[in-house]
Amino acid sequence: MREYLLGNAAIARGLMEAGVGLAAGYPGTPSSEIIETLVNLKGERPMHIEWSVNEKVALEVAIGASWTGTRAAATMKHVGLNVAADPFMTLAYLGVGAGLVVISADDPYCHSSQNEQDSRRYAQFASIPCLDPADPQEAKEMAAFGFELSEKFDMPVMLRPTTRVSHARADVELKAASGGSGKRRSSKFIKNPAHRVALPVHARPLHSELIRKQGAIEEALLTAQWNRLALRGDLGVIASGIAGLYAEEAIRDLDLDVSILRVGTYPAPSRMICELLENVKSVLVVEELEPVLEETVERLARRVKPDVEILGKGEYIPREGELDLLTVRNALARMSGIPQKPAPAHVAGIDKILPPRPPALCPGCSHRATYYAMRKAFGRKAVYPSDIGCYTMAVGMGTVDTCLCMGASITLGSGIRFGGEAEGICCSLGDSTFLHGGMTGLLNAAYNKARITVTILDNSTTAMTGHQPHPGTGVTATGEPTVRISLEAISKALGAGLVETVDPYDLEAAVESFERARDYPGLSVVIARQACVIRARRSGGARRRFAVSEDECAGCRICVDFGCPAIEFQDEKARINALCAGCGVCARICPSAAIREVAR
Amino acid sequence: MRSSECDVVIVGVGGQGVILISDVIGRAAVKAGKPVRGAETHGMAQRGGSVVNHTRIGCSLSPLVALGSADVLLALEPAEALRFCQFLSPDGVVLVNTRPVLPITVTTGKASYPSMDEILQPLRQLCKEVLTIDATTLAKQAGTEQAMNVVMLGALSRFIPLEEELLLEALAEVVPSKYLSANRKAFALGKTEVESGRQM
Repeated sequence: MREYLLGNAAIARGLMEAGVGLAAGYPGTPSSEIIETLVNLKGERPMHIEWSVNEKVALEVAIGASWTGTRAAATMKHVGLNVAADPFMTLAYLGVGAGLVVISADDPYCHSSQNEQDSRRYAQFASIPCLDPADPQEAKEMAAFGFELSEKFDMPVMLRPTTRVSHARADVELKAASGGSGKRRSSKFIKNPAHRVALPVHARPLHSELIRKQGAIEEALLTAQWNRLALRGDLGVIASGIAGLYAEEAIRDLDLDVSILRVGTYPAPSRMICELLENVKSVLVVEELEPVLEETVERLARRVKPDVEILGKGEYIPREGELDLLTVRNALARMSGIPQKPAPAHVAGIDKILPPRPPALCPGCSHRATYYAMRKAFGRKAVYPSDIGCYTMAVGMGTVDTCLCMGASITLGSGIRFGGEAEGICCSLGDSTFLHGGMTGLLNAAYNKARITVTILDNSTTAMTGHQPHPGTGVTATGEPTVRISLEAISKALGAGLVETVDPYDLEAAVESFERARDYPGLSVVIARQACVIRARRSGGARRRFAVSEDECAGCRICVDFGCPAIEFQDEKARINALCAGCGVCARICPSAAIREVAR
Repeated sequence: MRSSECDVVIVGVGGQGVILISDVIGRAAVKAGKPVRGAETHGMAQRGGSVVNHTRIGCSLSPLVALGSADVLLALEPAEALRFCQFLSPDGVVLVNTRPVLPITVTTGKASYPSMDEILQPLRQLCKEVLTIDATTLAKQAGTEQAMNVVMLGALSRFIPLEEELLLEALAEVVPSKYLSANRKAFALGKTEVESGRQM
């Protein structure tokens, strides 16, 4: 049976076909749909699927299940693996019980990320195998194969899709999902201190063992179906993952007789690389981001064919951004000495007439109101450390001065204070981000007496990645009701001196609350609570309607500068368009009181 | 040798239903026994930003359409047609919904929206054929403005190597049943619009 499937849905199918018993993840583009699809596929199967509080937690939960004999998967985006790096690195020493697959989805070109790190480096760093799929079908097969490999070598296996695999669609051949309770070797945690307790006395021999296994892993992966060698001419291409598709297509397009090795597994298949090298005079290494494969090729070439010409990162293949057919085609054409195809010329003048269309906060988004109130109270000179979420898009409002990584607003703000900054410091981060990585920072700020204000933008969901629940929502990944954590109680428990909750739509009250927080001689927390407008719209409910009285509009543009997409400015007057969500904040900021609620 | 039968690039604004069009094409291709590849925009770019979707019928390689090689550029919004015109093959066709969605840079008066002529002129120079469709009005006629994307799908159906029945079958799988008749009507209106437009 074939289905047109999203890469992430295909990965979820692969996990199901292999009888995964537990899946844990934290949402992050481009990985989020894996857990969501698993929830949809779960049915009555006795599986545990969870949105974890963060990626470190997700991986540790998965490890626990694996050690209890249940096949387990942890899903995250590439930067999430930084958070999970601590358990990830030592897990390679301790090993698994049942198979464990770590899925780290990379985002070359930063479509929706703060950097474009290459997870293959992490697998290499931890000395564990990495599977680099080219398309949804491979991603599905690899997800299932990862468990076998993990069990065979007693170590975790990484599956590393990229945006163009996770968010690609393809016709995918499916098998029936395993109907059982997941592959279980046992349902008991088996005590084995030498392999479960990372004391130095255990870690030393485990590290030696890990190093010893490497050759056998490479040998086992040599026959994997994703490593394919076709010898055709004295020019060669070695391509990893999705780059293999661009290379194959470019070879067809140019009608070239070149040898090609497609690589889908790491450690890379040395013997196949050597075989290709022995048959060519030049080789082009095609891979996205880091020269992981290229470095292996260079190392092997020194041994088997030092005079072979190796082309790759730098002049031929960029180290940043994502690849496409044209880039790879031109690299191949250049190597073959045939004319390159220029990218279609930019049509002259288009840039001048085309208005930019940047992503923006939604009409009626409460973050906009919160930032407006915050800025009113704290002023232009204050410092505004911010964080990762929809609200980062408010950078134009002057209240997003930093964005580094999950939860860093609070710790950066603390450091900025201790570094000598005397102006007001008002941090902001979302509810899910606070629970993910902000709580330890708040605790640290309280303990070390940072005089800052922390604003939790609480829209009661993880909005940016598609509205996943978290501990503040009272619902689990599978929709079951659970304990609902109070942000107020957590903030107080972590040591904040002043904790206030406001409705950002009530602008005057919000400004007053920020003023009290600003003047508080210690650590203050403002929780700005209002439902995400996308969720509010989906759940129905009457929306209020607002209109500008044209006679009373002074054309001052204060409402326009507020930046809501529902407010337009034409012929020196403001106007409210059909996008209006009815939050009413513009009516509160209009100095002429020209914006009023009207009957629907 | 080319690696696909037909390359389609679908562009628009987040929320206009670009992904649904690709989903219908992909499902129909599977029904027809053809390989198909696609790539879509998720995450940050969706919040009112430009979205671009690649759909390649009869293809089992790259999910991305190469610059300069789209057989059809389907634009749910006119300015977006121009923004992504580099994908067009010189032999390609552009189908443009003529109803603008003003970006925030325009509504706040920081930029201005080009005239329809300024958008269509360069497109005409770049490719073989430019067809304009007032898809939003046609969708309203069909019963719901939300079906604008399906009007455009109907128009697109005249340019892709997939049978209409298969597209309609796939449409029925992805549209809620209570909106199906309006969507079928929208599809038909889009298709007819192209047929009559081309005869003129």
